[in-house]
Amino acid sequence: MKKTGILLLVGVLFLGLAVSNSWAARSGGTLNFMAPYGGDLYGLDPHKSTRVQDFLVSMNIQRCLYRWDPDLSKPVLDLATSVDVSADGLVYTYQLRKNVKFHNGRAMTADDIIWSYNRIMSPKVASPYARYVRIIKGAQAMEQGKAASVSGLQKKDDYTLEITLEAPVNPSYSLRRLGTAILPKEEVEKKGDGFTTDPVGCGPFQFVKWVKGSEVVLKKFPGYYEAGRPYLDKVVYKIMGEGAARDIAFRAKELDATIVGAAQYPVYQRDPVISKNMIEVAEMFTRQIGFNQDYKPFANKKVRQAINYAINKDLIIEKLLKGKAVSPVSFLPTTSPAFNKNAKPYTYNPEKAKALLKEAGYEGGFTYECIGTANKSWGVGVVEATIPFLKKIGITVKIQQMEGAAMAEKIKSGNYQAYIWSLGSGPDPLQALRRWKSDNPRTAGNYVAYNNAEFDKLLEDAADERDDAKKMEILKKADGVFLDDAPIWFFNYNKAVMAYHPWVHGLKPVAIEMMYQDLTSVWVGDDSPRATAK
Amino acid sequence: MFAYAIRRLIQFIPTMLGISLILFLLLNVLPGNAALMAGGSQDRDIDPQYVERMKKEWGLDKPIYIRYFIYLKDLVRGDLGLSFLRREPVNKLIAARFWPTLKLAIAAMLIAVTLGIPLGFFSALRQGTWLDTFSMIGAVSGVSVPQFWLGLLLMFFFSVKVHLLPTSGYGDGSIKNLILPAITLGVGYMALIARTTRAAVVEIHTTDYIRTARSKGLSELLVNWKHVLRNTMILVLTTVGLQFGALMGSTVIVEKLFSWPGIGSLLVDSIFQRDIPVTQGCILLVILVFLVVNLSVDLLYGIIDPRIKYE
Repeated sequence: MKKTGILLLVGVLFLGLAVSNSWAARSGGTLNFMAPYGGDLYGLDPHKSTRVQDFLVSMNIQRCLYRWDPDLSKPVLDLATSVDVSADGLVYTYQLRKNVKFHNGRAMTADDIIWSYNRIMSPKVASPYARYVRIIKGAQAMEQGKAASVSGLQKKDDYTLEITLEAPVNPSYSLRRLGTAILPKEEVEKKGDGFTTDPVGCGPFQFVKWVKGSEVVLKKFPGYYEAGRPYLDKVVYKIMGEGAARDIAFRAKELDATIVGAAQYPVYQRDPVISKNMIEVAEMFTRQIGFNQDYKPFANKKVRQAINYAINKDLIIEKLLKGKAVSPVSFLPTTSPAFNKNAKPYTYNPEKAKALLKEAGYEGGFTYECIGTANKSWGVGVVEATIPFLKKIGITVKIQQMEGAAMAEKIKSGNYQAYIWSLGSGPDPLQALRRWKSDNPRTAGNYVAYNNAEFDKLLEDAADERDDAKKMEILKKADGVFLDDAPIWFFNYNKAVMAYHPWVHGLKPVAIEMMYQDLTSVWVGDDSPRATAK
Repeated sequence: MFAYAIRRLIQFIPTMLGISLILFLLLNVLPGNAALMAGGSQDRDIDPQYVERMKKEWGLDKPIYIRYFIYLKDLVRGDLGLSFLRREPVNKLIAARFWPTLKLAIAAMLIAVTLGIPLGFFSALRQGTWLDTFSMIGAVSGVSVPQFWLGLLLMFFFSVKVHLLPTSGYGDGSIKNLILPAITLGVGYMALIARTTRAAVVEIHTTDYIRTARSKGLSELLVNWKHVLRNTMILVLTTVGLQFGALMGSTVIVEKLFSWPGIGSLLVDSIFQRDIPVTQGCILLVILVFLVVNLSVDLLYGIIDPRIKYE
């Protein structure tokens, strides 16, 4: 009995050690991360920038009222501990955290949130993020110069903020955007335009320096509101747009993690070490070929459906993209809260495609031109891969390769027959589908001029619905209508992949954008070459 | 010569003005605009109100000839305008990037000259030998090899395999960050200079004054050092000068590959983002550098060769 007891105790101790070792975070060290999207950052003033390249750095310097929780895949409160919502869904009363400090040491209060939102709506600043603060009552009046401030922002006391909305929408999706970050007024006013190259925030890391075109360095902010966080002493974002160069830097251990491109994906999957340290997620980007319904054949739903049945997209994903994509169902990706698991995707069925074309009166086929860029994941290479499939049902495709800016302008003016592109499809499913609402013009994102009364009605019902679960059900139906109408060829959802060295812990699969890594809880082990670097 | 130099400097003005007009027209008829591109290549919820507001703020709603006069008025005062997307003065952006590009160009040219001239010189003196053969094979390879491929190869060997040098980045501006990009950029020019030097030396060896020098009893060393080399330099200098001017404008691939914060990468990014003021500023700077280098080479030519007189 005594022996059994001792053995049990020893067993429990070992178990405890094993478990504790697996999640005991280590403080200290430097993380060499990357900023992989194209060239240099444009600026670190979150109210003025629109680029992912800027935000993936800014998000670790700044904080917003809400933040994206990658585990829950939805926005959660960040600078506030709780919120009360009025019965009509228009008034949100936030209890702010009392221990939030800016990097200059000053405590954050309700005044800072009011000032920040007013700054965003100021005509002088002309922030691209004004659209997200427009949901607040009085914001549009300020934007148009008709008011000196946003009337819907009321300070109850230093740590209680009341926000009145224009309509009963969920503000979390808008106010989690980094473009609505809370900034310290005195620093912005003191630095003026210089704030964009020397920012101050209340996030886990402070800005140190930005070597233009090369790297951005951040250091730990000891006054961060989460005790014991961040773990890292320093983060270095290396600006590296070239996938091949990133691959080499990763193998040379100069990068602790890297975003994996289509070329590296199969190589990394075969690597015995790297393959064990990769995270993948179906990002909220839907790749597609859009059909301009002004072009006569595409005005017929059966033609569009036929194209969806005719192309073996899974084969293209497997052979051309080397598996680095997720086979789609409809527009909303698998990580969307309104993704319908029970919806049936278009499967490869050339016979059905031929039958549909015949019913539509195009048994003899037709020709269309598709515009696209040189992008390897959603460019003309993919269109080339569709050619033999469509040829079998009598459709001829001509390709016009274009440069990105030129193509964007052509698509927004409707001057095309078909395009291949990647469009954001989240995180707010209502906003994602609203792109296709008939009253949304091409210039605002309804590039195929989609027009379906049933779809529009479902979106309006979803917007009015206050119960989240019911809202998602309505949106699933709307997505189903879109699927049936097939205004696009549903190609894939992007599979974002990040590889990291074994000493890195805490990186997460972030569906809105894999590079939006909140480094607050990321740490490096003793085996990191920069474990003690400061 | 001073008068000649002044005249050439004055000629810069109409040249730059003419180029600025052509550049302005070309860039402003390109499809796409910076406001649309602000969201990047994947459509990420661009606010149409923002697009319209930015078009007004950047003057893109005005007629092209008005935009050109505003641009010219600022250009004459040395103001290259504001970057559409960065909202920073273009002068400041370019100033921050100029030194890294110049540093890279100088380092690359030093490598090219230091290795290329001796290689070409000794190849010419040892015509038909293995030194000559291998040098010229190397020269052809150097000119032919793609910079991107060479850069990756150097990175792989020196950074991954032997852990001697960093893969990329400007770092703290120290020489170890400069070595790989400078070699990558310099190899092609080294090959060109080697070939030019070899050809010049071979030609000079057939001239009458070299035959005269030998018949006067001068040693081969003295003939080569005092007569051949000096006359070779005249021809090689022209090549080096012209190549340096071209090099300043061709650092793009190396800058992108090695994340080197220079004018080349700034220029490419601005073209794709339709950030017209930055594109114009970068191109004008590259052209100005080319003109200045050309003038310097012409003047130096006159100093080295007393037979040259400028009128």
